[in-house]
Amino acid sequence: MSEAARTRAASAWAPVHRPPGLLLLVAAVPGALVLLPIVVTLADAVAAGAAEIFALLWRPLVGTLLVNTVALTVSAAACCVVLGTGAAFLIERTDLPGRTTWAMLMTAPLAVPAFVASYAWVSISPVFEGFGGALLVTSFAYAPLVYLPVAAALRGLDPALEESARALGDPPWRCVRRVVLPHLRPAMLGGALLVALNVLVEFGAFALMRFRTFTTEIYAAYRSGFDGGEAAALALVLLAFCFACLAAEGALRSRGGYGRVGRGVRRRLPLYRLGAWMLPAGLGLGLLAAGALGVPIGTVLFWLTRHGSAAVTPDEASPRALLMATVSTVGLGLGAACLTLVLALPLAVLSTRWPRFPLTGVLERGAWLAQGVPGIVIALALITATVRTVPPLYESTALLLIAYAILFLPYALVGLRTALLQADRRLEEAARSLGAGWPRVLGRVVLPLAVPGIGAAAALVFIVVSTELTATLLLAPIGTETLAIRIWGDTSTLAFAAAAPYAAVLVALSMTASWLLARRFGIGAFGAGLGG
Amino acid sequence: MAELAIEGLVKRFDTGTVLDRASLVVRPGHLLAVLGASGSGKTTLLRLIAGFERADAGTIAIDGVPVAGPGLHVPPERRRIGYLAQEGALFPHLSVGRNIAFGLGRGGDAAARVAELLEMVGLPAAYAARSPQHLSGGEQQRVALARTLAPEPRLVLLDEPFSALDAGLRQEVRQTVATALQRTGATAVLVTHDQAEALSMGDAVAVLRAGRIVQLADPVALYRRPQDAEVARFVGEAVLLPGQAHGGLVQCALGVLKLAAPMQGAVSVLIRPEQIRLVAAGTPGSAAAEIRSVQYFGHDALVGLSLTAAPDQSVVARVFSHALPPAPGRTGLLVDGAVSAFPAEGAA
Repeated sequence: MSEAARTRAASAWAPVHRPPGLLLLVAAVPGALVLLPIVVTLADAVAAGAAEIFALLWRPLVGTLLVNTVALTVSAAACCVVLGTGAAFLIERTDLPGRTTWAMLMTAPLAVPAFVASYAWVSISPVFEGFGGALLVTSFAYAPLVYLPVAAALRGLDPALEESARALGDPPWRCVRRVVLPHLRPAMLGGALLVALNVLVEFGAFALMRFRTFTTEIYAAYRSGFDGGEAAALALVLLAFCFACLAAEGALRSRGGYGRVGRGVRRRLPLYRLGAWMLPAGLGLGLLAAGALGVPIGTVLFWLTRHGSAAVTPDEASPRALLMATVSTVGLGLGAACLTLVLALPLAVLSTRWPRFPLTGVLERGAWLAQGVPGIVIALALITATVRTVPPLYESTALLLIAYAILFLPYALVGLRTALLQADRRLEEAARSLGAGWPRVLGRVVLPLAVPGIGAAAALVFIVVSTELTATLLLAPIGTETLAIRIWGDTSTLAFAAAAPYAAVLVALSMTASWLLARRFGIGAFGAGLGG
Repeated sequence: MAELAIEGLVKRFDTGTVLDRASLVVRPGHLLAVLGASGSGKTTLLRLIAGFERADAGTIAIDGVPVAGPGLHVPPERRRIGYLAQEGALFPHLSVGRNIAFGLGRGGDAAARVAELLEMVGLPAAYAARSPQHLSGGEQQRVALARTLAPEPRLVLLDEPFSALDAGLRQEVRQTVATALQRTGATAVLVTHDQAEALSMGDAVAVLRAGRIVQLADPVALYRRPQDAEVARFVGEAVLLPGQAHGGLVQCALGVLKLAAPMQGAVSVLIRPEQIRLVAAGTPGSAAAEIRSVQYFGHDALVGLSLTAAPDQSVVARVFSHALPPAPGRTGLLVDGAVSAFPAEGAA
């Protein structure tokens, strides 16, 4: 290699002060995509005019929606904090036997889509419709969002803290209250905000429960003749709620947990003895697992054994239809995983290689906003935008894939960042000092280290896409029937038995993929699902 | 002031026996330094005394009252033993003041006590409102010490409290700890792997090896008359030469030396490098040697030597740097003071 070529090669890969312009350009694409639905919604509202929007929002219906949404969001978050924290403490810090199994049972509900759980409960009895049922389903479905960060926080606790408290005269229970619980507060609060965010954007579960929230009403407004003004007005309120949660979560994250003062010594954490509380504790966890996993899976299995005619509306599922639905679900999942990863990769490279470049933070934050944009808002905005500007795109698979990419960008970003950070700069520098040019560094060092993480990110996007309902329902091209669409169609006509095979395949698909992911990468791989 | 008495303490983990029938006594108001390499069981010993772990056998008594023994395990919160962890383990969610007041009961003037303790550990009273994250390592350790001393424990356990600090700070914080312990009169056990720390801080030093206490002595006796060659090397630089003892004298490659305690027969002679003096070659009574290397530390230097009489014996002399010979070459060696000796390997 000539000296000039060597210098060129070095500057092509070495972390120079400024990222290449082309990279910045492609890294800006995800942020722009996320902003698109927000801008379209705002434009719709502006077009409708302030007076019209005010009139649309100043209605008793909106009052009901506000009460419903706030009441459910707050109570679900509170229930999840109690359930998730309690479970995490019992599993991580007491002598309750079978902690690995329990830990798995507590995380597995993440693989059951909330609308499937909702279908399961409603099909048992209409009693579960309305607020009570909605609270039940969301509490069970989202408790893992609190369980996971709290369990991680418990594991990260410095044992010396509790020992110091004990040596200073605190008996075990007072030590838990004065030292352990305060440390869990950031994890509990962060988890609660994620629960709130998920409740705010959930659509399918509430529609099936006939519980009216902003998402179900936006959907209704769209179906009843697509009055852009009303949908946009409601979407604005919903977006405001979501961004408030997102901002609170961001503020919490940037303040950071308590962390450790000093590094401390890694020692096994002491376990609290349950004694006579062993049985009630085990029963409680068992009930939680039964509600979150047993009921949805059991109900689906029950309906599987019923003939279609036993259902309220006989609409038998044929093996052919089942196969077609599975194929399109898997196909869309894989396609969306590829597109999302490709879109997120430049930004991930930018944020791992040039973290201190001013634009990096801006572009990253843009992409993170996606967490606060509900699927229904994205779908409606994409419909509006394509109908007005590029009609051929409307009801195309491409548009659906773009919607998925916007929705799940944060998942891909977290996974890719982690993967790219695996390839430590120092390792690269070592390879270069050993005489490897950048193609060899890339091929022999960076990629081998990053590939598993990239695979994990793809798998995660695949899982969340295959269980996604809202955007799929609104954007799927005519004739594309995914598992989620089938379940939705059958359950909303009360054909529970007909929906069962699709639900069974969907849950099996998502559980298998999650299990493979967790087995290969640990529960931590789902960290992305928790917003980083 | 309390007396700590440990008798036949045994602790086994899945990996093996960590403490093997350890016994020791710490006199009231004294500081015992427990010196051991990593894995010697010294931290386990401390955690057993604190009550964080249960002993498999043996007893621990404070002022004659057992706190651990067969069928007895007083929980840590009822032992009134202060514990200073390796990196302080300050509660990050509490201010400095609340950290210090953590072990104080309700009632009483906590604020005044906090101020008093802050003053004792050499920190301004205004620090009470700070958060532990904003303190330097040395300040954190001082606050942790104040927190440990706040409930007036009968006994204070120090688990390598200076190991995370850099050298300059370490000396300063050591001094603070020593002074504070003296002022409160608390009995203390300090665990460390640093021999200089053990020798300078301990009223007595216990050497722990593979779970056993091999020697318990005051620092001077430990350094001058270690139990065996291994302890000798562990507590400081050592020159060990084969020799032949005849009562109060021993014959070795450095000549005929005075023994601290009379012995007979084949022995291993222990000479501390600072006992060896470099003199002009050919000085009467000196052993001839050649300078091989010089390790220069500033205040002093270690000179590597090979003896003309026994070239395969490595001998090191510690010399004040102003007395360092100007150039490598031949020199004479004299030994100051009495030396100690152990029965030669295999000869016992």
